[in-house]
Amino acid sequence: MRKIKVTPYKILAGVILAVLAVFFLFPLYWILTGSVKTAAVINDAVPQWFPMSPTMDNYERLFDNPALLWLFNSVAMAVLSMILTCVTAAMAGYALAKKRFIGRTILFSIFICAMALPKQVILIPLLREMSFLHLHDTMWAVILPTVGWPFGVFLMKQFSENIPGELLEAARIDGAGEARTFTEIALPIIKPGIGALAIFTFINCWNDYFLQLIMLNSRTKLTISLGIAKLQAEMSTDFGLIMAGAALAAVPIITIFLLFQKYFTRGITMGAVKG
Amino acid sequence: MNKRMKPTGMQKALIRRETISAYLFLLPALIFFVGFVIVPMVMCLVTSFFNYSMTEFAFVGFSNYVEMFQDEIFIKALQNTILIVVVAVPVVTVFSLWVSSVIYKMNGAVCSFFRCIFYLPVVTGTVAVTVVWKWMFNKYTGLFNYVLGETGIIDSDISWLGDERTAIWCIILILLTTSVGQPVVLYVSALGNVDESLIEAAQVDGATSRQVFWKIKWPQIMPTTLYILVITTINSFQCYALIQLLTSGGPNHSTETIMYYIYYQAFKLYRYGYGNAMGVILAIIIAVFSAVQFKVAGRNND
Repeated sequence: MRKIKVTPYKILAGVILAVLAVFFLFPLYWILTGSVKTAAVINDAVPQWFPMSPTMDNYERLFDNPALLWLFNSVAMAVLSMILTCVTAAMAGYALAKKRFIGRTILFSIFICAMALPKQVILIPLLREMSFLHLHDTMWAVILPTVGWPFGVFLMKQFSENIPGELLEAARIDGAGEARTFTEIALPIIKPGIGALAIFTFINCWNDYFLQLIMLNSRTKLTISLGIAKLQAEMSTDFGLIMAGAALAAVPIITIFLLFQKYFTRGITMGAVKG
Repeated sequence: MNKRMKPTGMQKALIRRETISAYLFLLPALIFFVGFVIVPMVMCLVTSFFNYSMTEFAFVGFSNYVEMFQDEIFIKALQNTILIVVVAVPVVTVFSLWVSSVIYKMNGAVCSFFRCIFYLPVVTGTVAVTVVWKWMFNKYTGLFNYVLGETGIIDSDISWLGDERTAIWCIILILLTTSVGQPVVLYVSALGNVDESLIEAAQVDGATSRQVFWKIKWPQIMPTTLYILVITTINSFQCYALIQLLTSGGPNHSTETIMYYIYYQAFKLYRYGYGNAMGVILAIIIAVFSAVQFKVAGRNND
């Protein structure tokens, strides 16, 4: 084994890294502790580093608003987007990677170009389109554009390249139809990719604040992100209440992230491999 | 595998069959993609030549584009956006490269612990992160004024988000914390994939660790760097939520960005055509930036 030398640079790097870690963790700590502080503590110019007399008061006031409904809306929206994206992208990625067909190169180039364009630029026409389809102010107005975004297709194409052509050929010779070849040969191989895409889509949809802001209006249709933003707009200095909302938004998504972290990392790195 | 010869009748039939089945597989994705990405993109381009609002719809040629460059607030927004990009992109790239090169050799659990920490602000979500920063920046009850005041760095409380000189820097700071997560993950994996035998060979030949980095690792992680530059550029150009939640573009338009101004024109003043024209310009600027990065990075790679 190589011996590890301890150089002054390494010690310095370690110290800097530790400071940075605290800096990055601190906002979350401040949300969680702030959510259980009393108004008097919060409005004091001298901060209390640790909540000495925790209270549930902020959460009680938070639940005077339809906060749980907002949370439910966020979850429903993210889950539906996730399922639809995974199904459509897995099929499309498989076809792009494994089938030689007319228009393949052009189609793939269009997907790539669309991905490089800023997503938010199309929001104005998208809003008009949703109004036209009478979908404005429903969760579908958020779900449909999320599913349409070509990143998923691109990611699944990358994963589908790993399916051995001989296996597909063998299945065909055995007389398996297209659908069976896909579900029985291709799907098991690209499963990790689907896992990555699922968690990626879930988190992106959950956090796509701008799209939600434009598409959803009524108080009962809001997502948890929009809900907190609304609370903030209505009572901008009631930081206890706002922190309680932020905690309610952050804790579920962080839990999901930590549970599925392995898939997630793989998804991010696969998406970056040159295509 | 590669059938480049003249197709026979049989092969033609095979290609036709493949094409039909391929499009059946592609159909669901294409419906969503065409319906909710391509159609709005085309609409965006077309309506940018119209005076398009709730009540009007009239062709006006390039006048939206002309108006834009006479619009002082747009120019201000453009300057601010470019400032954000020019600061954020290099800082994010260098920062994440440094962090990754320190952590990627640590043992598995420690490395993923740090990776998680830097990714945390991304997962927590822009809104939750932003509201807590807003509190920390608050003039009366915020942490910053307390800590800096106690340590004697500032004499009097600063209105961080209410002052033209500091507001945009506060926004850039928050943007940085929410932008480094993905680059760190990417760099850790890219550095881990660098061919270890090359590094060992170089070390045997007496290469310093600086030489190992620039001559061996840097060229190999170039594709990752390029990807990070492009996604960070796109994200920084689209900076919107932070502005809306923290400053609404103020004070005195000092934090106005193009994305926020588009939103303001389209959804507050209902000037859809004008907003779309700005969107087209934004897309063109981003494309130019990305192309330049590809060119520069491509040259370094040779």
